[in-house]
Amino acid sequence: MFSDSLRIVWVYPDLLSTYGDRGNALILASRAQRRGYPVEVLEVRSDQPLPATADIYLVGGGEDGPQALGAQRLIADGGLHRAAAQGAVVFGVCAGYQLLGSSFFAKGTQYAGLELLDLSSDRGPTRAIGELAGNIDSRLGLPPLSGFENHGGRTRLGPEVSPLAQLTAGIGNDTRTEGAWRGKLLGTYSHGPALARNPALADLLLRWAVGVNQLPPLDDTWSNRLRAERHAAVAAARP
Amino acid sequence: MPLRAKVASSVSRTAAALSRAAGRGDGSVIGGWIGLKIDPELLAHLAAGRAIALVSGTNGKTTTTRLATAAVGVLGKVATNSFGANMPTGHTSALAKAGSTPYAVLEVDEHYLAQVLDATDAHVVALLNLSRDQLDRAREVAMMAQLWRAALIRHPELRVIANADDPMVVWAATPPTNHDQRLTPPQVTWFSAGQRWHDDSWVCPECGSTIARQNDQWWCTGCPLRRPQPQWSVEDDGVIDPTGAWHKVQLQLPGTVNLGNAATALAVAAEFGVRPVDAVLKLSSVTSIAGRYAQVERDGRLIRLLLAKNPASWLEAFDMADEAPTLLSINARDPDGLDTSWLFDVDFSPLRGRQVLITGDRAFDLAVRLDVNGVPFQHVRTFTEAIQSVPPGRLEVIANYTAFQDIRAELDRVL
Repeated sequence: MFSDSLRIVWVYPDLLSTYGDRGNALILASRAQRRGYPVEVLEVRSDQPLPATADIYLVGGGEDGPQALGAQRLIADGGLHRAAAQGAVVFGVCAGYQLLGSSFFAKGTQYAGLELLDLSSDRGPTRAIGELAGNIDSRLGLPPLSGFENHGGRTRLGPEVSPLAQLTAGIGNDTRTEGAWRGKLLGTYSHGPALARNPALADLLLRWAVGVNQLPPLDDTWSNRLRAERHAAVAAARP
Repeated sequence: MPLRAKVASSVSRTAAALSRAAGRGDGSVIGGWIGLKIDPELLAHLAAGRAIALVSGTNGKTTTTRLATAAVGVLGKVATNSFGANMPTGHTSALAKAGSTPYAVLEVDEHYLAQVLDATDAHVVALLNLSRDQLDRAREVAMMAQLWRAALIRHPELRVIANADDPMVVWAATPPTNHDQRLTPPQVTWFSAGQRWHDDSWVCPECGSTIARQNDQWWCTGCPLRRPQPQWSVEDDGVIDPTGAWHKVQLQLPGTVNLGNAATALAVAAEFGVRPVDAVLKLSSVTSIAGRYAQVERDGRLIRLLLAKNPASWLEAFDMADEAPTLLSINARDPDGLDTSWLFDVDFSPLRGRQVLITGDRAFDLAVRLDVNGVPFQHVRTFTEAIQSVPPGRLEVIANYTAFQDIRAELDRVL
């Protein structure tokens, strides 16, 4: 589906970039390049129009103010809606996940989201900070999710989306499920460089973008050691 | 000083001495803690009658405090919390053991600045920078700037020395336009110490518009907030003072970052009436700061320790480090923050071409990061293994907080 190079857009790094969000763009680019795909990473700031013809859009985390501003500008711009309608891959993390839904809370006020995913977010009773782990929707064919979460929200999923994972540790959407997906749109509370710990999830996004069922394997020794160490740490912390 | 404060102060000193004697640390926290339990107003009592400078910010505050203490030292003995115990307990302890000296330079954790300003009625405050730090618990950068701003306006007599290169600091040091007109905002002296890290200040804290940058300048594209003209700045290997005179700075500390810290220290000293021409001579007496920058020889390896605790300070550490074999060590224990995501905010590519070793509790997080960054590395399990893996000569060690302390302990508490 992509033309001469795989185009990855990092949406609004001036607003939606906390917690190492850059990592997801770097990881996708690196994993695509190592398979021989030419890659172009575009950092599109919030005062620029969002191109609608790229292959993957990354929407990262942000503090309350920037999240609200980011959502307003994305709605006004319309580029992400056009891209999603044309079958682009959209990956939202934390604040970026929340704003893909119909509404979210920031600074005590409810804001309209992009309504790309059937979900809405609220303030939770406590801030969710810590390791996150879960079994990913079996239809996606991925190994367990490993991540770190740091958010104050809780997310209610509507009937048109599926949870990304059933949790074994952490709070995620509501202490039971974590993240959501529909078609090629996927969001998670596993914040920051979520793909560093989940290379198979990175490859899923790449496969969706490229339109293939399989990609040549890469040497994931260090990611696998990191995953094993984090899963062991989560297991050890379990009462 | 009231009797209660005298007793509290004396017990505080004794507790600190006992703690040191028992090998439980340097005693600067426990002493202050006990003193404040006996007299909650102890810090205010100990501060009364002294000329005090506070140094705060996300990065460089320990080093700047040491440099400023040395510079103000032209006048005589200066009380300071030189062990980096930078919360009110540490300040209490530092003043309790300082005796009657009229001068103090105190490093203040940025979260406690308002509280310590109120307690000490400080004469000068130096505001260095604000950036992301310990993401799982630190306050948002913009919120911290707001807290600083609200605190400063309550102290009209305060002299503020602030970094013109950091939009968050400039905004915090600028009184709000709607401030109570009966209050006179504190007077600000601007210094330029550079800002390598821009990722926390792309959005104007005043109006939410984009902050534009070109060369050294920055300005808000939506409101009048812009970089003020600094009175103190760095040029070549020296500092320019407000009269335009250039002073050569000979530091024992590496990197241009520390030249910026030196400029700040000279500006602080000037507020105490110390001429830069006198103060600058004192700066070269500062060598290692609680183990930071310390050099130790072990098995023919000349090991230098650099502390890097957040993305901004990693960039600074790469600037300070020589082109030599480099050991990186990462932990994520409580004092470090539990989150390692920031590793992806740091560009490690300056290390390409050097022999890179990695270790620490969270070495695998670092491994994944370096792999994506195209920086070849070797994982070692211990510090001893690291030393054996590099040729004789310089070994640079860059570590975050508890990893740094672990290595320091292995090197027998380097000072």
